[in-house]
Amino acid sequence: MFEGISRWLRKGKGSKDTGKSRLQLILIHDRTGVSPEILDALREDMFRVISRYFVVKEADVEMNIERDEGSVALVANIPILSMKRQQKQPVSS
Amino acid sequence: MAGRAFVVTSGKGGVGKTTVTANLGVALALRSKRTCVIDSDIGLRNLDVVMGLENRIVYDLVDVIEGTCRLKQALIKHRKADRLFLLPASQTRNKEAVSPEQMKDLIAKLKDEEEFDYILVDSPAGIERGFKNAIAGADEAFIVTTPEVSAIRDADRIIGLLQAAEMYEPRLIINRLSMEMVRKGDMMDQDDIIDILAIDLLGIVPEDEEIVVSTNMGVPIVLAENSRSAGAFRRIARRIEGENVPVWPMGEAEEGLIARFRRLFGLNRKEPKRV
Repeated sequence: MFEGISRWLRKGKGSKDTGKSRLQLILIHDRTGVSPEILDALREDMFRVISRYFVVKEADVEMNIERDEGSVALVANIPILSMKRQQKQPVSS
Repeated sequence: MAGRAFVVTSGKGGVGKTTVTANLGVALALRSKRTCVIDSDIGLRNLDVVMGLENRIVYDLVDVIEGTCRLKQALIKHRKADRLFLLPASQTRNKEAVSPEQMKDLIAKLKDEEEFDYILVDSPAGIERGFKNAIAGADEAFIVTTPEVSAIRDADRIIGLLQAAEMYEPRLIINRLSMEMVRKGDMMDQDDIIDILAIDLLGIVPEDEEIVVSTNMGVPIVLAENSRSAGAFRRIARRIEGENVPVWPMGEAEEGLIARFRRLFGLNRKEPKRV
């Protein structure tokens, strides 16, 4: 009886929804579980592509998977030393 | 008919892999299928205890693989289900005593020489060597989870690892689902879990206190009595055999008023007998 009333008072407020949304967020992070090797390979590839357009230093290229409140993002920080004079054609493949 | 091997796995410990393996083994054997259950948790064996066969172990998995005994000598026949055999794990060795290749050979032998219809491999918790051994010879994987955030998270990780091992269609068994808590909005139900994991659902086992009693007695609940979980295990066995039975039959999800009343007064408690 009392249980019924207290349930009615907090209806829709079971802990399940909290659990489910926390889990969904955890899984986004888990599933983007990128190993350091993969991140290194990605950094090299990015460096190569970006060097076609800008002058950058490979050691400066920073790349991370960042987890925020509601999302997971690939964050890159690549300081530009200078612009290349003529842009090359984008690579096709 | 060629035999099929299933690995029962979960990632997280304590979600009921061993209970599920024992009961599905019994249920399949009672359907007249020659069934072998393998405990692959070397160093921490428990399937023997859950099945009540702990006093009959002479040889184990490692003995078979090292050639100390013949395969047939290590298989322990269950007295209540004469088509069911247990291949126990070694308690004194560690996981490194067995390699995935050796597990593959062993399961091939169980299919070809011993002519088992079904082989169920109870996997240890974790994702290391023991897990790799357990999945090595399996044709298909059953993932056991409880409706808890931690268990579901680990199940998701296991799905990924199975994919990496080219096992693309694992099926899910949700263990210890409490309709009471689902009703209150305090537990994820099968739709929530399937929504998140995106794999096929093989079965649902309701929360059942009688499981503790059955483990105390060493009699798998499928053998002991007609509890709700026993019905669920039998239904999963039928689905494994390809029968088109519903995961969760109407009417059984809700405990009936009379059953509740009887439970309240302790009237529906039948003690399982020791084998």
